Amino acid sequence: MRYLAYTMTAAAALLAAHAAQAQDSNQAEGSNVEVLHWWTSGGEAAALNVLKEDLQGQGIGWQDMPVAGGGGTQAMTVLRARVTAGNAPTAVQMLGFDITDWAQQDALANLNEIASEGNWDEVIPQALQKFSKYEGEWVAAPVNVHSTNWVWADASLMEELGLEQPQSWDDLIAAMQKAKDAGYTALAHGGQAWQDATIFDSVALVTGGPEFYRKALIDLEEEALTSDTMKQVFDRMATLRGFVDDNFSGRDWNLATAMVIDDKALFQIMGDWAKGEFLNADQTPGEDFVCFRFPGTSEQVLFNSDQFAMFDQGGEVSPQQAALAKAIVSPEFQIAFNKVKGSVPARTDIDVSEFDACGQQAYEDFKEAAASDNLMGSFAHGHANKAAVKNAMYDVITAHFNGEYDSETAMDELLTAVQINM
Amino acid sequence: MPAPTANAVTARTGEPSATGATRAGIHWPRVALYVILGLFCIYYLLPLYVMLVNSLKPLSEITAGGMMALPGEWTIAPWQSAWSTAQVGVEATGLRPYFINSLLMVVPAVAITTVIGALNGYVLTKWRFRGATLVFGLLLFGCFIPFQMVLIPMARMLGLMGIAGTVTGLVFVHMVYGIGFSTLYFRNYYAAFPDELVRAAQIDGAGFFTIFWRILLPSSGPIAVVCIIWLFTNIWNDFLFGASFSDFDSQPMTVALNNLVQSSTGVKEYNVHFAGAIMAALPTLFVYIVAGRYFVRGLMSGSVKG
Amino acid sequence: MAISDTVRHRGAADRLRDLLPKLVLSPSVALVGIFVYGFILFTLYLSFTDSRILPSFGWVGWQNYGFLFRIRAWDTALTNLVIFGTLYIVICCLLGLLLAIFLDQRIRAEGFIRTIYLYPMALSFIVTGVAWKWFLDPGIGVEAVVRGWGFESFTFDWIKDSDMAIYTIVIAAVWQTSGFVMAMFLAGLRGIDSEMLRAAEIDGASTMALYRRIVIPQLRPAFMSAFVVLAHMAIKSYDLVIALTNGGPGTATEVPATFMYSYTFTRNQMGIGASSAVIMMLTIAAIIVPYLWSELREKK
Repeated sequence: MRYLAYTMTAAAALLAAHAAQAQDSNQAEGSNVEVLHWWTSGGEAAALNVLKEDLQGQGIGWQDMPVAGGGGTQAMTVLRARVTAGNAPTAVQMLGFDITDWAQQDALANLNEIASEGNWDEVIPQALQKFSKYEGEWVAAPVNVHSTNWVWADASLMEELGLEQPQSWDDLIAAMQKAKDAGYTALAHGGQAWQDATIFDSVALVTGGPEFYRKALIDLEEEALTSDTMKQVFDRMATLRGFVDDNFSGRDWNLATAMVIDDKALFQIMGDWAKGEFLNADQTPGEDFVCFRFPGTSEQVLFNSDQFAMFDQGGEVSPQQAALAKAIVSPEFQIAFNKVKGSVPARTDIDVSEFDACGQQAYEDFKEAAASDNLMGSFAHGHANKAAVKNAMYDVITAHFNGEYDSETAMDELLTAVQINM
Repeated sequence: MPAPTANAVTARTGEPSATGATRAGIHWPRVALYVILGLFCIYYLLPLYVMLVNSLKPLSEITAGGMMALPGEWTIAPWQSAWSTAQVGVEATGLRPYFINSLLMVVPAVAITTVIGALNGYVLTKWRFRGATLVFGLLLFGCFIPFQMVLIPMARMLGLMGIAGTVTGLVFVHMVYGIGFSTLYFRNYYAAFPDELVRAAQIDGAGFFTIFWRILLPSSGPIAVVCIIWLFTNIWNDFLFGASFSDFDSQPMTVALNNLVQSSTGVKEYNVHFAGAIMAALPTLFVYIVAGRYFVRGLMSGSVKG
Repeated sequence: MAISDTVRHRGAADRLRDLLPKLVLSPSVALVGIFVYGFILFTLYLSFTDSRILPSFGWVGWQNYGFLFRIRAWDTALTNLVIFGTLYIVICCLLGLLLAIFLDQRIRAEGFIRTIYLYPMALSFIVTGVAWKWFLDPGIGVEAVVRGWGFESFTFDWIKDSDMAIYTIVIAAVWQTSGFVMAMFLAGLRGIDSEMLRAAEIDGASTMALYRRIVIPQLRPAFMSAFVVLAHMAIKSYDLVIALTNGGPGTATEVPATFMYSYTFTRNQMGIGASSAVIMMLTIAAIIVPYLWSELREKK
């Protein structure tokens, strides 16, 4: 028991020491930004480091608060706790409707001044502004634009099977049938709700066109949700299910990508972040793998965009927050970051000659789509509707993809999901 | 350690002893017994084996398949990376800084909760009052509250108390939700402690704390070990509170490990993940291996008795 | 005067001494009162409000409960808790008891084996989750390995099968805690009075009968501790499910803890999340309270 008393004393000493330390850091908080984010993989963090160094050059310290997991859901939980405790971080990485939700709570600082100074209204496409602005006020600074309607194909398998890049849904199915007949996995896929939904995004877009996509997935119109087109979307999902290997459920997306890299699978339908996996495996775009828009959707871009929102810390945007927001939207950072991340810059006035072939194509697609009103928020990645609705729809899509529902039931359930969670 | 086995049940029941009569011949039931025990060893060790083996391979060997195979090329690079250079945030710090944070949180939380549990157990058994059992029942039921449920109100309370985002706050949270179990352990242990000794001391004029300090505490070693192991494991391994109630400078090890393992895009370096995972588990493993031998003894001397 | 003074003084001291134990206990009671029971009441209140992303206080009556029982994943979660909880507790107890009895046979290297059985308890599923996921994955895990040995038709793909996936969670959970339960039973076995055993043995009882009639009944307190620990783990099994299946395939392995977390935090439906928490607490209470009641009352 003597040793228990000893640990107690030691503990008390440690605590006291730490309390003192905590006080120190609180005093220094004035010139620091605390940033909550979930970019912890090598490339992302390296990219974020650019931002950090930029700020340090201006005498602003960076206090790092990374919480990875679940595509940011873990970080959002932490954010909830921190805000409730009255201890909100300075800046937070956010996606789509989360920004709107927090703006509704009056929690976000107004960035109008920085925005007008940087001419954000002009350089950032309307479709993104929908999320960066709330009731006409800028509340978030967009970092990047990812797009999800991509197909990643194994070049050697395409050659072996004598395949051309498919131009339509029927081409796609025919190509996959060939691969299946030859004993390959036609579609590399991981059975996780968000991955199922990522496919659903593209299938809905190609089946009903942009009009239908907007009505059904963004505006949630009952008519569109219960239309024959929607049934056809589900039928097509079932068709795709037939091209997936038996072992797909629960597989991480990067392992599915590895199947394409290892010449075991023909296609993967995944967002542009898959490119990093190929590059890391020393594959060359155009030689070892091919990237193309989901057949039939070459004019549209389904996007999701990471943004940073500043938490209101007393009515005014602090100089540090302003500096951070400015640095995020600056062309230098947009280029440096997106080159590494595999996404494209969130502003349309940037020279991307440093980007690789896929990246340049993506940026051109993005600009064209933005100009022609073909840039639409990705449902699978939280840019079409709120988290509650999105996740409830995930449930239905996943259940259908796993064979629990037929297409009819899935449509009914989809409507219920929307109604309960609106 | 063969000592405690001396009074094993069957040793007293006349079944032939392994060491005596049957030494010459093979005693088949005992062989079977050892085989069964050995098979279970394999069951329990397999996950650790997989983690260990794969933490010593280059990534290319892992992605090539064969998760059970020994490394073709042994390397400790993943371990070095996980400890000091892996990316868990903007800076590639590895897990090292977070290790200290966890220690700063775990040690005080365990120490304080254990002492509180001991005092509670002492009151609930030796100074019984009307409703003591009810109070105990209420404390114990508190163990069952799902932690996900308390997140938001707890955050509010920590904010009000001014300890949000600090190690002190984390220690406090773990203490609050550790009281139930620490009280359970000590109460059951002290219940078996002879009341006569306490009564005799009272007659001699010893006070509340004197009795606790002089009579109960000196013999509380075994149960303290049980309680400490339990609390240490739970608190060290906690992720939810650690993530939600910490600040940029107080994130514990599990949050860092999670950041290492769960990074959303980019290559998954499984070998580094496994090295980091084992590293994060080392303190608890250490506690189990070192204190493990006192563990059964501690359980034996009371906590599982009425 | 001196006398009356000391008496009065003693009176105060006595009162203090009588109060002291309760004073010592009171901080714990206060803390648990606020941070457990207070929070339960708060959650109960939230479950009747329209809380979404943060608590809000618009009263909506039973609406959240109505929604809750329209959500199919909630049914799945409850069913899974029953399946998982029962299997987990029963298997852990049986296996723990069996291993404890085996280990109690004067085994060489007992301490070593015991540590091996016990160590999984030290690891969190954030740590072991990936290893388990690999194991259970038919492509690279047990199935692939056994097939590699030449048993081509061997199949072990439960984790990919909606109907069987919940059982893989049981396997991993049993792995983690059965050693701990074993330690509890072993401790119980070691505490059994040897006089009684000898007497029974002289009466000619067989080993089996000895265990059934004398040993196992005496392990009752160990069962109680094991039950409390296991029930607590079963209800809180969150990390485990997230690490192994993340609730999938589909929603096949959703349990109340994951459901509640997902609605409260991922889906910004705090009201529905709170109502599921309330149902969960009621379920826990329905099982634990009668048990604690009978165990604690008996000992008086």
